[in-house]
Parts: sequence; C-alpha cells; structure tokens
Amino acid sequence: MPKVIVDGIEVELAAGERINGIQAAQRAGVEIPHYCWHAGLTVVASCRMCLVETGSRNPDTGDVTMVPKLVPACQTPATPNTVFITNSEKVSNARAMVEEDLLIDHPIDCPICDKAGECNLQDYHFKYGQDQRRADIRPFTSRKREMGDTVTLFVDRCVMCTRCVRFTREISGTSELFVINRGSHEEIDVFPGYPLENRMSGNVVDLCPVGALGDKDFLYKQRVWFMRKHDGVCTGCSTGCSISVEENQDTVYRLKPRENPHINQWWMCDEGRYGYHHVHSDRRLTDVQRRDGVNWTLLEWSQVVREIDERFRNVGRVAVVLSPHLTVEEAYLLGKYAREVDPQAQVVLGPVPVEGTDETFKNGFTIRAEKAPNRRGVEEVVTHFMGQVATLDNLLISLANSEPTAVWVSGGYKSNWIDAAAADQIASAAACLVVHDTFDSPLTEKATYRLPEGTFAEREGSYVNFNERLQSVPWAIRPPAGVRVAGSVYLELLGEVGLYKARRVLVEVAERIVYFAAAAEPVGPLGVDLKTPVLEATPTA
Amino acid sequence: MTTAAKQIMPFEPVLLANIHKPDSHTLRVYEAGGGYQGLRKVLKEKTPTEFIEVVKSSNLRGRGGAGFPTGLKWSFLPKDHPGPVYMCINADESEPGTFNNRILMELDPHQVIEGIILSCYATKAVTAYLYIRVEYPTCYQRLQQAIDECYAANLLGKNIAGSDFSLDIFLHRGAAAYICGEETGLIESLEGKRAWPRIKPPFPAVEGVFRKPTVVNNIETAACVTQIAARGVEWFKSIGVPSDPNNPRDPGSYGPKLYCLSGHVNKPGCYEAPLGITCRQLIDEYGGGIWKGRKAKAAIPGGISMGLFTEAEFDTPLDFAGPGKVGCLGLGTAAVVVLDETVSMVDFLHNSCRFFAHESCGQCTPCREGTHWSLSMLERIKAGKGRLKDLDLLLEIGDTIGIIPGTTICGLSDGAAWPIKNAIRKFRPEFEEYIKRTNPTGYMVTEAVNALPVVALH
Repeated sequence: MPKVIVDGIEVELAAGERINGIQAAQRAGVEIPHYCWHAGLTVVASCRMCLVETGSRNPDTGDVTMVPKLVPACQTPATPNTVFITNSEKVSNARAMVEEDLLIDHPIDCPICDKAGECNLQDYHFKYGQDQRRADIRPFTSRKREMGDTVTLFVDRCVMCTRCVRFTREISGTSELFVINRGSHEEIDVFPGYPLENRMSGNVVDLCPVGALGDKDFLYKQRVWFMRKHDGVCTGCSTGCSISVEENQDTVYRLKPRENPHINQWWMCDEGRYGYHHVHSDRRLTDVQRRDGVNWTLLEWSQVVREIDERFRNVGRVAVVLSPHLTVEEAYLLGKYAREVDPQAQVVLGPVPVEGTDETFKNGFTIRAEKAPNRRGVEEVVTHFMGQVATLDNLLISLANSEPTAVWVSGGYKSNWIDAAAADQIASAAACLVVHDTFDSPLTEKATYRLPEGTFAEREGSYVNFNERLQSVPWAIRPPAGVRVAGSVYLELLGEVGLYKARRVLVEVAERIVYFAAAAEPVGPLGVDLKTPVLEATPTA
Repeated sequence: MTTAAKQIMPFEPVLLANIHKPDSHTLRVYEAGGGYQGLRKVLKEKTPTEFIEVVKSSNLRGRGGAGFPTGLKWSFLPKDHPGPVYMCINADESEPGTFNNRILMELDPHQVIEGIILSCYATKAVTAYLYIRVEYPTCYQRLQQAIDECYAANLLGKNIAGSDFSLDIFLHRGAAAYICGEETGLIESLEGKRAWPRIKPPFPAVEGVFRKPTVVNNIETAACVTQIAARGVEWFKSIGVPSDPNNPRDPGSYGPKLYCLSGHVNKPGCYEAPLGITCRQLIDEYGGGIWKGRKAKAAIPGGISMGLFTEAEFDTPLDFAGPGKVGCLGLGTAAVVVLDETVSMVDFLHNSCRFFAHESCGQCTPCREGTHWSLSMLERIKAGKGRLKDLDLLLEIGDTIGIIPGTTICGLSDGAAWPIKNAIRKFRPEFEEYIKRTNPTGYMVTEAVNALPVVALH
C-alpha cells in the first residue's frame, strides 16, 4: 500500500489516488491552514498560507531527502513516499508571515463583521499569527459595495484568495466576478451593468474565507456563535441538496450547503438557500379548526385527532393524498392508517409542482424544475399500497363514482398549490375533508377540518431525491405554537403511544418495501443510494 | 578573469554589426550583409534535432535574465507531441535599465526574425508569437515591416525558402505591465487573461500557450541563434567564459552579450562585449568613466532586480556566475546602472521599492503585501520618521519573499528582495546615518507608529 508521511504519521493512499498535501495531512489529523485552496476549485497556490516543507523517502533505504525551499501543500501532489513537515519552525514562521501580511491592510473590524466566529483569518491569526502588530500602515476603512442582489462586498476585508472569482468561472460559468487593479490595490469587482446575478450566487459567500463577501439575506441578523447547526435536506427541488439548517431559539437564520459528493458537492442554489422564509411567515396556519356550517370552531389537538378518527371510521371509505413534501415515514404512516380503517382505501400522490425547466450549470450542478423534495419516496409508498403510482386525478375519477368517502389531504407546500376548480372537485366529492397544510389555499377554505402542518425545518425523516438517494435528517426547530408536524399526528391516528421517531418508522418501511431495503442499516449523513439493492434484487436476463 | 577578458579585446561586434548601416532595418540591407544565409543553410542541411544539438553544444544561455541553457529548454518539449507547438518571443523588456532588445528590434529586426525562424524550425513550432511591450512603437512598426518583407520574400509563410517548413509570426502588444515579462505571465496575457504567472509544474514546455507545448525565448537569444547558425559553434564558444571545471553543472558563459550601460557615466549606451567583461572595464572602456569627474558609489549589475555592486566589487566579471559571487541575484539582463557618490542609497531603495510595489501582480500574499509594506516603510524613512528597527524589518521582508525561499509563484519578488537586501547589507551605515540625522529624537523607538497617509500609486 503506497504511503505518504505527514509529520512522521504514515497515511495510506488508495491505488491511483490523486490528493494533495492538504488532503494527505487531513487524513493524518494534521491541519494545514489555507485560504485559496478549495477542493471544488482549481489550484492557484497564491495565498501561500499552506506552505510546508516537503521531500521524499527512498522506499528501499528509508532515507529522506528534503527540498530546500518551502512549497505550497495545495500544489504539491501526495505521491507515494512523499514526506510533508508542517510543524517545523520554518513552516510556522512562514505562516506567521502570511498572517501578518494579510492583516496589514485588513480593517480588523471583527466586532461588526458577520464572519467573526467562523473566519479563517481570525482563527488562523490566533493559531499561527504573531502576537504583535509590527506594520505601522494605517488600515483602510471598511468600504463596501454591492455585487448584486444577494451579495455585498466589504472591499478591505478581502484577502484576495480569488475563490469567488474562480467559482463564477468554473462552477456557475457566469464569470461575473474578477480582479481589478494590481498589487496591494487589488479588489474584487463586477463590470458596470453586469452584477453578480446567477442562480448560485450565494455560494461565493460560503467560499469566502473571511468576511469580505456578505450575504444580504443574513447580514447583521445573528452572530454565528449563537446558532446551532442541524443537518437538513433542501426541499426546494428534487435535487435534494444536503444542507445545514442554522437556527437560534427556533428561528432559522440561514441555510448553508453541506458537503455531499453524491449530490451537491459543496454548492446549493439561491432558490434553496433563501427558500426558508415561509417557515417564519405570519400567514402560516396555526389554528386547529372545524367547519360548523358557515362558521369555524377552534379545537384543540388533544381532541381533534380522536374526533377525525371516529368520523373516518364512521364513513368507512377512506382516501388519502400524500404530498411530495411529506417524508417517506410520514407518507407510509398515513397510507398505513388509511388501509387500517378501510382495506380498499385509496392512497394517491399529491400534485408535484413543476416550474420552468431544469437548469444545469457549468460543473453539472442542476436546479430541477420539479419543486418538491420527495416525489420518488412518496411514489414508492403509493406503489406499495396501490400497486402502481396513483395520482390525485385518479382519485378524483374514482371519487365521482364511489360511495361517500372521507379524504385526508396532506400539504406542506411552500405556497398555494391547488386552484379553486380542483379544490371544489375534491371538496364536493368528499364526505369529510381533512386538510393538513401550512398555508391557506382554496382547499382549506372548503375543508371540514383545517389542521396546521409543519415545514421542512420542523420535520424529521427521510427524503428520496431524483436520483434515488435517500437522506435522513433530524428536525431543526420546534414548530410554532398550535402546529403539529404530520408524523406525530399520524402516529396518534394509528393509536400508537410515545414520541414520533422517524428512524423507527423507517426500519419498518425498509422491511415492508423492497425499494427502501438499503435504509434498514443506519443512514449516514451523506444518505444512501437505493438503486443498488433494487438492481441486485432484479434478476438479470 | 580580468586578464582573460582583456585578451579577447578588441572585440568585433557581431550582434550589433549592422546597426550603423543606413536602412539597417530593411531586408535589402540585411541580406546584403549576408543575412538569412545561415537560415537557408540550416534548412537545407540540418534536421530540427540536429540543429537543437548545435545550439545545445554551443552552451547558449537565455539572454532574458535567468540564463537557462536554450538548447536544453528546447529539448524539454515532449517528443512526438501531435502539436501544435508554439514559440513565444519575449520582447516585454521592462527591467529598469534594460534596452538591448529595443536596439535589436529597431535597428536590426531581421537578425531577430531569422533567429525566431531558426528556433521554430528546431522546435517544430508552426506559430510564433512575439510579445512586445506597448512602449516600443518603433520596434512594433519595424518588426511588422520586417515580417511583411519576409512574407513577400518567402522567408515566412508556407514552405520557407523552398523547404517543407512553414511558419507564421504574429506580433502581440502588451499593456505595459512588468509581470508580462515573466514567461507564464506572458503566456496568460497572450491568451487574453490577467498576467498572473502560472504555478509550475507544468512548465510551458509541457503546457504553455493555449495549453500546448511552448518555448519562451528572449529577443537577444534569437539574435544569438542567428549568429550560431551563421558562424558556427566554434566561433561562439571562442567568446566568453568557459564552464567551471570544478562545477559540472555550470554551462559556462559563452558568446557575445549586449550590455546596457546607463546612469552616471559619460557615454551611456548599449555595448556589445564578450561575456565575462568586468563591470569596471565596461564603465571605463565603453562608458568613458564616471561623469563629472566624480567617483562611483555603486552599480546595478543587471537590471534593478539583481541587487547592487559596491564600488569595491566593480571588478566582478559580468558573466552568468559572477554577480552571484558577491551576493547579487545574477547577471539578469546585463543592464548596468551606475550610481555616483552623490546618490543617496535611501533614495535608490525607495525608488526600487516603489517600482516593485507598483508592478507586483498581487497574486501571492508575501509579494503583494511585502512590496507594499517595504515601500511604505521607505516612504516614512524618507519623510524623517525612520527608526533603526525598520532596517531589520526590511531585511526580514527581503529574506522571506521570493521563489528562492519558496514563498511566491514567480521571481518578481526575488527581484524586489535583492535591492533591499543588498542596499541595506552593503550600505547599512549610510541608512543608519540617514535615519539618525533625520529623526534625531525617534530613531530608537521600537513601538509601532502611525504611517503617513497612503499616497496613491496609480
């Protein structure tokens, strides 16, 4: 097995593997500080923070020959028998020099900088910098200018790593950002009349290792050390990017992409990134209500679930509409309940919103037209109960010709998802209509029971993206007062006791539905590919 | 060494042989003096590989500044590459004090073009880009004229002089940046990008212009190739300093060299001399001595980035190995700038730092900030607020920036570091005296002081 040696620690390389010094050191548990290098971008080796000593070990004699000068670890391939030294005096002097250089013109306005607390310049300064400022240059003031609708540039905080410039050239392919001027007068800028306005623009803020690029949506809203991070899945489209939901005291302040080589790598689109505001909308449904004639009666959750259950059992015929915003577990529980009440119950997939067409960027990242996170997962649940993918249209046809039926419609959509005509059709066919949704819609107007539903940040469970990858995530915030998330409601409908634990349900789903078999084992943060076991289970011709 | 150089004198100029003829820039005059005969001979008699061997055996070293053996550089091109292979000619002559390429391009462009054709023939390049700095309009016009003449005379274009070899030469004008003289900066600029030098490897010979194998040569190197083709290796190796027998890696310093002499001498100009002439010989025998009857104080050996000779070091031979022996960076472009005894070294260093702070491309942190920081310190020292501690800080900057310590991508900051290191180490008493005189109350202060308001460089 070929090996690389980092500070005396041997790191194994897979055959043919191409990594650089920084990545090799990461495996050895050694941090090599860096600004300009990013695994998703080309190497420019210009910040010089990752300078290390390198050499090679003769595999036969074990003798080590060192290169006399410092080299950037990002640019130095970790080929077999390469030696890296990151803890020598020479290396620490070089790091101190780069830190000192970067701070010469830096305004050091950390108290008013959004990046403070997660800033590489700040962290590295405390770890590797000098304890005294020797430069007597008067720092520039904190100038700022707009890069576009989403991003503000704090010009003097910039360390010229050019990650953002490379992002717009290599990933989004839109090339809005560039460097103007020369030497220490260099700045990042856009051309007049051509602002940063691609649909992935928010990523440049994540890439910025310092506080130079500020996200206007997040600017001055919250100090980063107050926020907690929760793994999440973006519910904006069927790509299902891995994200982190960052919240403080049940308020979501921002969504950030979470590295996942199988789905989104390091990126997410602006639509997903800024698509969390509905969570805290004041138009959200928070009251449990029953229609009594023309009036609405306020109810309590504690009574309404039993009441609905009784009415459903009285009606006898049941149909449920599973929204593609539900998690796999929720969809399964509702289907299970419906079949328990009525063995012939209709279980159908709710409308899947589609907007425009798929947009693919230079590096392959795609924003999908299908604006729901879990069509695939719900489809498989529907197929499990119905033998095929039944949709709302199928349900409407069958409702027209059948006995009186109680209908449960699950929602969770970010905005209005149904028009008045379709709502009328459902409402007139249903003997008892329960709508469990986040926002008012023509359908909630006509419902018998109007229940407030949670959003993605409050849900716990699994989503299956367009590419059959299942990701399980925990809830990030508690729902607002009055709201109950689908999972716990369904659990109560089924008469089970205890807290709703998505994992427990998923194990049952994986047992019952072959498609989800791979989820029987605990699902890691990167999710699990459901395709492989299905392919294995399919006999080859 | 001095005696060896003296023996070759008097020296008959070769590279500059044509420049005093009337209409020396025309094809008619150049051919009347035997021009393009070497090219015709090589095209007829030698294969490209054979010609590479000829240049290799001549030990010709690149005249652009680094002194890398030209034949060796050519042989680094990948064998049997499907092509195309490109040739870049570096005429972005921006090193302060240097103007030898300008003389060649203005007064003898055909000698340069013949060398380019020969170099392209050897490297199998089918396209040559001549990157010329925008400040040389006459060179641009003369070269374009010469190229047009060559196309008309079948010395460029398809099947040159009846051979199978075809070549196009394109002139490309820069936009006045020093960094475009760095070979990969030049390539980036030629491709239409910002002239940020590339990280190496891959070297241009493997991946250069438009990601194809590329050789980057200097104008004077091309002229030398012309002369080697015409006069032979024996002639070339009869001039200059032989390689050090004790150092097998020393390729020697053979051939004629154009020395640019300027500053405080009586007769500044571009002089051709054998490599290995000493600085003092150049000043006294070619430059007519120091002006106004004064004494010399120092000299820049080969462009400002090479550092400084003190007067006592003037006997150092100006060959590729000489200046390094007295703590300079190297021969560089062999542009000697003489400073007489009235020059303040503080002024000299300030000017040098201003140049490099202005020209640093800003890619690598140590160079971008180091050059800027050293300039602001020098500005403060000049304004009478210097401290002795600043000299140590300047030296620390000088010792830590550049490709030699490994902290930058290209050699620009080595060039910025050497004047700092040489000026302060060789003239420290003068700096200390200046600081004590101009800042009698504060020169010993060691805590940080506020800088002067930033004066815009642009």
